[in-house]
Amino acid sequence: MYDFALVFSLRHAQRESPMALTREQLASIAALARLELSAAEIPVYQHSLSSILEFIGALDAVDTHGVAPMAHPLPGLAQRLRPDVVTESDRHEDYQENAAQVAAGLYLVPRVIE
Amino acid sequence: MSDLHRLSVSELVGGLRARRFSSVELTRAYLERIDRHQGTLNAFISVTREQALREAEAADAALAAGGGGALTGVPIAHKDLFCTRGVRTSCGSRMLDNFVSPYDATVVAKLRGAGAVMLGKTNMDEFAMGSSNETSYYGVVRNPWNTALVPGGSSGGSAAAVAARLTPGATATDTGGSIRQPAALCGITGMKPTYGRVSRYGMVAFASSLDQGGVLSASAADAALLLREMAGFDANDSTSVDREVPDYVAQLTQPLAGLKLGLLKEFFDKGLDAENERRVREALALYEKLGARLTEVSLPYLPLSVPVYYVVAPAECSSNLARYDGVRFGHRCENPRDLLDLYRRSRGEGFGAEVKRRVMTGTYVLSAGYYDAYYLKAQRVRSLINQDFIRAFKDVDVLIGPTTPTPAFEIGAKTSDPITMYLNDIYTIGANLAGLPAISVPCGFVRDLPVGLQIVGPHFSEARVLAVAHALQRETDWHTRIPQGYA
Repeated sequence: MYDFALVFSLRHAQRESPMALTREQLASIAALARLELSAAEIPVYQHSLSSILEFIGALDAVDTHGVAPMAHPLPGLAQRLRPDVVTESDRHEDYQENAAQVAAGLYLVPRVIE
Repeated sequence: MSDLHRLSVSELVGGLRARRFSSVELTRAYLERIDRHQGTLNAFISVTREQALREAEAADAALAAGGGGALTGVPIAHKDLFCTRGVRTSCGSRMLDNFVSPYDATVVAKLRGAGAVMLGKTNMDEFAMGSSNETSYYGVVRNPWNTALVPGGSSGGSAAAVAARLTPGATATDTGGSIRQPAALCGITGMKPTYGRVSRYGMVAFASSLDQGGVLSASAADAALLLREMAGFDANDSTSVDREVPDYVAQLTQPLAGLKLGLLKEFFDKGLDAENERRVREALALYEKLGARLTEVSLPYLPLSVPVYYVVAPAECSSNLARYDGVRFGHRCENPRDLLDLYRRSRGEGFGAEVKRRVMTGTYVLSAGYYDAYYLKAQRVRSLINQDFIRAFKDVDVLIGPTTPTPAFEIGAKTSDPITMYLNDIYTIGANLAGLPAISVPCGFVRDLPVGLQIVGPHFSEARVLAVAHALQRETDWHTRIPQGYA
């Protein structure tokens, strides 16, 4: 339906993308992102991430020499800082109601140090 | 009173004040409509019936005592990524299916402070990542104009609910078009304010340099009334801008004569459905009749907004979603072997496919050796797009064009190819990259489906953008059309 999309899908049907990620690369990205993937998921993401990388690769062709990267959507504004003082009351019991495992006000995780 | 759902927000405020109907009556009427249509549309994740009726009773008591705020007794719904104290805030994800927020988002608190009654929490794409409301853990939302079609996304539940008049208005958020695109596809009005105009405190974060809260409603006049209560400085949000909120309602009728409208040349491309284009051009002709001047403007870097977005948004999403660790809140896997296993399985089980895809894309573009090539490069191109907008606003007062390339599409039609789905937001993403206010208003029908007209203004020009939208709605009745079966 949309022009751009047609172009991209045709390109994928015709040839292997030069940006194609290997199974190992995809597994290492998933490991960095702390995501467990099933064996069946890996080829799906290999394919879709490769096509996304090819798509965003269009930016390579743009001449950005001397252009400053945009760090804030409002020109000239930066994020505000506040004095480093306590402004919150202690509500840890409320907050910990959402935790899976808590004991004595502490969050429990599997043993880290043997 | 069986036709309360056809009244505008200001008519509801007037009717409640004059005691023509009570908030309890009104709230019941909307809850009944939700009951009747939820099975078909799936627009809500949670309906907060008892709380709504309690709030309505309190509103009636306040009104009887001669008190009350700007919206006292008016029902609204919140997109399920605004934290609501004591009520599940799921963000459309299995990850937060068990999350009951310990605090209210500022937007929620402000609307409650103004007297609004919360009907419930609306369905959405998981973590607001999607353009069709098909990625929700709670199932797809259906478009009330044709239930075989998507409502758009990510605020699909809010949009479908307003279009079917299950609520007079709803909160929503827009990171790449998530207010305007579903507004267009559902035939309603959707306003995304300037970045920093509405507090993001208590809004579950997706992409922090792009996310902005806003409103979905039947008309621009309703949007003005709701936005006036939602907007404003909040010390709890470090990106909130300390600047007075104008009276958007009082400024709705500012005259159009002499106003310069810039036609976004890049939007009238081959991808734009020919019928959709015709509806947009008819609206432009109407603006000329009303005294506005049209000029074509070109923003040459704008077509790069989709690739820029799909670097910046996933990068920020991968950072923001790192907080879901299975420890402090959210989904936790069973019997983790060790800490790493806890993280990996909790996240693998808790996140759906599109969220994983974006987290991994973001992880990749931020990883060592790729940061300059992808992330920094995208932020430089983002600067060029932003400069395009700044240049355009030297010559015109607002930019105008279609909201989407086509009307609503079939459920399942675009789920197999993420890029095809991403291109739905081709006309809306620019305003997010540059932090600009933008609105979508209905401008007619194509093959019996509504289409939207988009108006984009300079930073903090919400009043002007709303007034331009309102001018169209004084001359047309597209925004009053209600889909068959919901009238």
